[in-house]
Amino acid sequence: MKVKLFGITREIVGDNHLMVPENQYIHTVGELKDWLFEQHPRLADLNSLAVAVDHTYAENHTELAVGQEVALIPPVSGG
Amino acid sequence: MKHIQIVDGIDLNEAYSYLNTPEAGAINFFVGTVRNNAHGKAVKKLVFEAYEPMAIKELEKLANLAMEIWPVSKLLLLHIVGEKEIGEPVVVVGIASPHRDTAFEACRFLIDELKKTVPIWKKEFYEDGSIWVNAHP
Repeated sequence: MKVKLFGITREIVGDNHLMVPENQYIHTVGELKDWLFEQHPRLADLNSLAVAVDHTYAENHTELAVGQEVALIPPVSGG
Repeated sequence: MKHIQIVDGIDLNEAYSYLNTPEAGAINFFVGTVRNNAHGKAVKKLVFEAYEPMAIKELEKLANLAMEIWPVSKLLLLHIVGEKEIGEPVVVVGIASPHRDTAFEACRFLIDELKKTVPIWKKEFYEDGSIWVNAHP
């Protein structure tokens, strides 16, 4: 699974996306976030970290499926 | 009628021309610009980044909501991406409506909500470093 990264998450990871290995047991947004916090502990220091699935804010229980566009949304600061 | 776009630069005359319409007696603008200070430090420049397809989708949602609540004739939402210097406009909310009260209210609603939900990020650059705004406690 490919996860798009923006703003500070892009800088923490050092790339504009990351790949979740297929052998990981990750079926929901909550499981994805737990795995990300293990891999990149600095993500847990942020004020908030949302996940968007197909351009919509997702909940922790949202299930992930093949072919979706997944992105991390750190605290927004537009305007 | 509405126009929503992520842009490299903002032309306020064009924005006004878009909103000017015979049935509207009021045009209200909110223009957000680059301020020269933040947290007691001098700001040199800002850089904005957007998750563009999602930002457009979220802006569309807010625009549709505003047009359900208020009698809006025309609605304009522009946000820039990229690097901007002090004083440059970075966001424009424009409302044309029959009367001024609704134009003021809709503008206020749109800029307040934009700051909460739309996936756009601002990095402030100072003399001695830079931060992503709101990222950390």
